[in-house]
Amino acid sequence: MGRKLLLEHIDVPGIETFDVWRKHGGYLSVEKALKNMSPDDVVNEVKNSGLRGRGGAGFPTGMKWSFLAKPEGVPRYLLCNADESEPGTFKDRYLMEKLPHLLIEGMIVSSYALGANLSYIYIRGEYMWILEILEKAIAEAYAKGFLGKNILGSGFDLDLRVAPGGGAYICGEETALIESLEGKRGNPRMKPPFPAVKGLWGCPTVVNNVESLATVVPIINMGADEYVKIGTEKSAGTKLISACGNLVRPGVYEIEMGISVEEFIYGDEWCRGIANNKQIKALIPGGSSVPILPAHLITKLATGEDRLMSYESLSEGGFATGSMLGSGGFIVFDEDQSVVRNTWNFARFYAHESCGQCSPCREGTGWMQRVLHRIVNGQGNMRDIDLLADINKKIEGNTICPLGDAAAWPVAAAIRHFREEFEWYVNHPEEALKRNYGMLKNTPTTV
Amino acid sequence: MIKTVITQQDRPVLSPEKMAEIQGVIQQFPEGKSKSAILRILHIVEREAGGWLSPDTMDMVAEILSIEPIEVYEVATFYTMFNLNPVGKYVLEVCQTGPCMLVGSDQTIEYIEKTLDIKVGETTADGMFTLKTSECLGACGYGPLLKCGIHYHEHLTNDSIDTLLTACRNGEVEKY
Ligand SMILES: Cc1cc2nc3c(=O)[nH]c(=O)nc-3n(C[C@H](O)[C@H](O)[C@H](O)COP(=O)(O)O)c2cc1C
Ligand code: FES
Repeated sequence: MGRKLLLEHIDVPGIETFDVWRKHGGYLSVEKALKNMSPDDVVNEVKNSGLRGRGGAGFPTGMKWSFLAKPEGVPRYLLCNADESEPGTFKDRYLMEKLPHLLIEGMIVSSYALGANLSYIYIRGEYMWILEILEKAIAEAYAKGFLGKNILGSGFDLDLRVAPGGGAYICGEETALIESLEGKRGNPRMKPPFPAVKGLWGCPTVVNNVESLATVVPIINMGADEYVKIGTEKSAGTKLISACGNLVRPGVYEIEMGISVEEFIYGDEWCRGIANNKQIKALIPGGSSVPILPAHLITKLATGEDRLMSYESLSEGGFATGSMLGSGGFIVFDEDQSVVRNTWNFARFYAHESCGQCSPCREGTGWMQRVLHRIVNGQGNMRDIDLLADINKKIEGNTICPLGDAAAWPVAAAIRHFREEFEWYVNHPEEALKRNYGMLKNTPTTV
Repeated sequence: MIKTVITQQDRPVLSPEKMAEIQGVIQQFPEGKSKSAILRILHIVEREAGGWLSPDTMDMVAEILSIEPIEVYEVATFYTMFNLNPVGKYVLEVCQTGPCMLVGSDQTIEYIEKTLDIKVGETTADGMFTLKTSECLGACGYGPLLKCGIHYHEHLTNDSIDTLLTACRNGEVEKY
């Protein structure tokens, strides 16, 4: 059995209520931090834990916290990013739905560390029923004196609120999230200034993922020294992986960093292999934005060593033979799936979700989508494949936020590893159509 | 996009309880930052207005927040959850993104289209159902799935779709 730090009590009946959560060690980290530690102690503990942001980029959380500007008399804000919209990712939902108090506890400790007296959870609008779960749990925490004025007599005040989005992937990008929380369209901002200096309402702000903030709880409870003993040297601790696609047992799993990819896919404790006794064809290990891996690079590195579930091992080999841990959205393709078609599907997603303020992304994602649509419908030609690579280069690095890169990289990776399949589509237009169940009827070319 | 011909006053009448709820949302933000409440208020009034936002309803939100109507239109047109045209009593939003496609969302969409005899984007003649597709709903391991009202219906099969449609017709499913 792998070690569980976040999901340990997930199956306890009533764990979503304050009393049951408290009985299972809930809110001890708040007591420890507020009574025995200074805010800087908490920041240092998180720094020493090596915690890397669980939202996708993997930026060290403690370091992000230490960049927060602290001008006199200006409020600071902590925002929890619960926008969770990266295809393949559904771990934050699971955590918030089942263990709302874990997130609230993490936010209290983290707000204390940052000196924030008003914090928000920005949750995607489609999760409206989870917003209700969170608000109920927050009301309990207020009633028990863990939120509000002078928490546990420490002199620290904190108000915690939940705000819904309205259906926009881009609002997961931290500056778009801030814009959205200000009641505007979710257009990402130019950086600098970074949110740590000028964020929500022009004040210093930290944005962290749900899982990152939840992980602060075990870190404070056990101490950084103990925490770093779990996982690998460069990937401390545990990680939630949301596994989906053609698996026997898809779902959300907490893994100790460093278990092998093979064990995760085929192990009894985890996904139990590929559904319907099929073979694996490809894997996207960290959400739709990370490069796809072909069968021979999934369980083994290019060097022949085992590939592990960790930041460093999943990215081993760079873009040539590796991928990324990203958000932990683990998407498995069986042998009968079409990578070309899935690449088109994701291109449509990005074209739909581009906020539209940068031309390379707004136009480029649309072009990619249309060219790929042409190919999957048996109307492509060989030049289209190179055209995609060309569009890619023109988007990459030329936009305000990384959505452009996130749209471009998966296409580049799919062509890199599955060029033959793209060529097959071009050379077999009739069969291509047959392989694309219902495509022409169901899918509009425009977005 | 925004409907340009308005034949009737499409503004919902808000009960005192709803007005109080809206005031409560505004109070979640510091003084002078009430515009931040806009998304949640739009969700509330959309529900009250029969599942969609008419320009008139948006103007009402502008009045509540003391902002220009254009500020509301900008937001309502940006976020895909808001319907800017009338919809059926139940809106079925089927996720069509990659992970759901891998487990058969195309077949789900086709089955609903056939059963209700409408295409994606259309509403049944009796005004009961609108079928929409949506991008990843954050439930990729439980597909194929659709959102109806505030809840998700997961691991869909033809049978479970039939059951859901019947439950909707019998008024047993929460609207919007
Ligand atoms: C287009 C785009 C979408 C993103 N979506 C999310 C998201 O849904 N959830 C999330 O936590 N981070 C998302 N991020 C990353 C955030 O910008 C930010 O890095 C993250 O919330 C920081 O939290 P962390 O350091 O705790 O991971 C997204 C980034 C981009 C560019
Ligand atoms: S792809 Fe359908 S819920 Fe994520």
